[in-house]
Amino acid sequence: MANELTIKDLHISVQGNPIIKGLNLSVQQGEIHALMGPNGSGKSTLAKGLMGHPLYEVDSGEVIFDGVDVLELEPNERAKLGLFLAFQYPTAIPGVSLANFLRLAVSAVRGKEANGSEKDGLIPMREFRRELREKMQQLGVDDSFARRYLNDGFSGGELKRAEILQLAMLEPKIAILDETDSGLDIDAVRIVGESVSQLIGPDLGVLIITHYPRLLDYIRPQFVHILLDGRVVESGGWELTQVLEAEGYDPIREKHGIDE
Amino acid sequence: METSEKNAMEELGISKDYQYGFHDDIKPTFKSRKGLDESVINQMCDIKGEPDWMRQYRLEAYKIFRQKPMTRWGGDLSQLDFDDIYYYVKASDRSERSWDDVPDDIKKTFDRLGIPEAERKFLAGVGAQYDSEVVYHNIVEELDKIGVVFLDTDTAIKEYPDLVKKYFGTIIPSADNQFAALNSAVWSGGSFVYVPPGVKVEYPLQAYFRINSENMGQFERTLIIADEGSQVHYVEGCTAPTFSSESLHSAVVEIVCMKGSRVRYTTIQNWANNVYNLVTKRAFAYEDAQMEWVDGNLGSKLTMKYPSVYMMEPGARGDILSIAFASKGQHQDAGAKVYHCAPHTTSQITSKSISKDGGRSSYRGWVDVAKGAKGCKSHVVCDALILDKHSRSDTYPVIEIGENDTNIEHEARVSKIGEEQLFYLMSRGLSEEEASTMIVNGFIEPLVKELPMEYAVEMNRLIQLQMEGSVG
Repeated sequence: MANELTIKDLHISVQGNPIIKGLNLSVQQGEIHALMGPNGSGKSTLAKGLMGHPLYEVDSGEVIFDGVDVLELEPNERAKLGLFLAFQYPTAIPGVSLANFLRLAVSAVRGKEANGSEKDGLIPMREFRRELREKMQQLGVDDSFARRYLNDGFSGGELKRAEILQLAMLEPKIAILDETDSGLDIDAVRIVGESVSQLIGPDLGVLIITHYPRLLDYIRPQFVHILLDGRVVESGGWELTQVLEAEGYDPIREKHGIDE
Repeated sequence: METSEKNAMEELGISKDYQYGFHDDIKPTFKSRKGLDESVINQMCDIKGEPDWMRQYRLEAYKIFRQKPMTRWGGDLSQLDFDDIYYYVKASDRSERSWDDVPDDIKKTFDRLGIPEAERKFLAGVGAQYDSEVVYHNIVEELDKIGVVFLDTDTAIKEYPDLVKKYFGTIIPSADNQFAALNSAVWSGGSFVYVPPGVKVEYPLQAYFRINSENMGQFERTLIIADEGSQVHYVEGCTAPTFSSESLHSAVVEIVCMKGSRVRYTTIQNWANNVYNLVTKRAFAYEDAQMEWVDGNLGSKLTMKYPSVYMMEPGARGDILSIAFASKGQHQDAGAKVYHCAPHTTSQITSKSISKDGGRSSYRGWVDVAKGAKGCKSHVVCDALILDKHSRSDTYPVIEIGENDTNIEHEARVSKIGEEQLFYLMSRGLSEEEASTMIVNGFIEPLVKELPMEYAVEMNRLIQLQMEGSVG
């Protein structure tokens, strides 16, 4: 049965400032949702809060996935539960190769039992390499990526492709893409968009957070939500993106009595 | 023990009732009494059967040692009691410990480091039979064919007296510093390496293999001579904790890099927490020669170590890469010194330190460019990683430039493990400890990638062990 990520009346503040103010949203495995909102509406706060960033304080509300209270969990436990966040600004870890990092991450997320008889609990090297190579080929990522230090000196496009590669390797149940299209030129958006669309299937639920619909040309969402002032104020289908494209956020702001 | 040997020992007044090691129930070994005077040195020379020149050298060094005031810079040496130390242990008896005597936590550490059984016994100082002894003999045979000498220094004095005498103490004279004087007076063991002109030794020479030959001494003395156009990589130490019942380790390492030669000297040491590790390491690099020190310091109570390169002739190059890991109750005062004595010489110092659980690491560096040494380049990078607010890191760089036409760069950075880095890695399934360990391993990667494979693997595991329990 498909699991559902359910967010109920969520309130998140950053350094005492309330940013998310009573947000409700549900995303099921196999569904694609787009959450659209202007700068400052709370998009990234929601993304980091859902993944458990220590600086993003959850004041009230609940987040349930697979029957588990997500808010009680450390970020790594959320990852093991099947949540994934593709970062807007991935952090560099100098000296750690992408391959070494991914082997540890994949092993951690799948659990020791799944990794066969390896003493250290890691997925066997051969198996891991084969899988990594396959995924890299599938996503059109260059072989040299694996040996490079994680996000260290990566271009904007490389950073996002590395995020998508991690998504592919970690095989989450729900992936949150935090402004994955930001800072990319039109070709890079296409490449990233096509990569993500390859990974979409009945086991993956996706929440695409963006303020600009161009990524959605490649990953067509079934559900579109508008985020304003820390709340989902409108939900609908693809047509909502068309409205936004034509009119911008102002009419919606007006409708809901929200100041810019 | 042979009766005659026993009698000789008794005549020399050497105590035979000292129980070396962890346990009482083991064979007695021979040790000089605690403390140091001329008679102790004379006893040592008698037992070793050393030539007179070495005896005179030791006695002269002893005088210098007595004249030198206590070192007052670097770390805190006030607890170091020279009278409470055994200065000579007859080394062939050193390994008479039983595996059963080795404490469980040490055995566990070996286990965690994945060190093979035979090597564990060596590292714990037990078991005179070690498989790699065979390997060592094979290597020595190979080396013989190409004219390379690789011996412990005591044996080298007997077999190559002229060669040793010519260079011994010329790079680091007894009067250089208090601990060089002490080492010169009481040294035992260490390695002697001579590489003939044009010979390139293809594999690293590892002190590792030479377990029954006094290598892991307290006051070892190493001398490496790389003749013109030769190449050699020497590796000493091991990532496993080195257990010593003695609280002072004071080695001297002298290296001569002749014209066009290339020497790399790699050290990874992890001393027990009671040890003062006070080591003098220096190389002279002549025309177009290249000297590289790769130095990893873990453990000990206090380490003071500043590998140095004197670039004596044009085209010489000195590279020093060091990592220090200071944990609870530890002070790593490490660094590097480079002396540009000739024009067009180049040096690079890369120093990385990690401080955790109240540990303190200091970088102490010296860059010197002599007057007239035109066109020299030196690049110094100091990176410190501080893991918690109880820990400390300092840098004490000195730059002395006697020449305008020179290019010196110094960069220093202090960083903490960033919340964003931790969150990023944890969001991918790593625990906080795994994430911190990964960040630290990444930080020391520039050193680790220079290590021979087996050391690199152990080094990463060791960092993992050091990081265990460091996260709430």
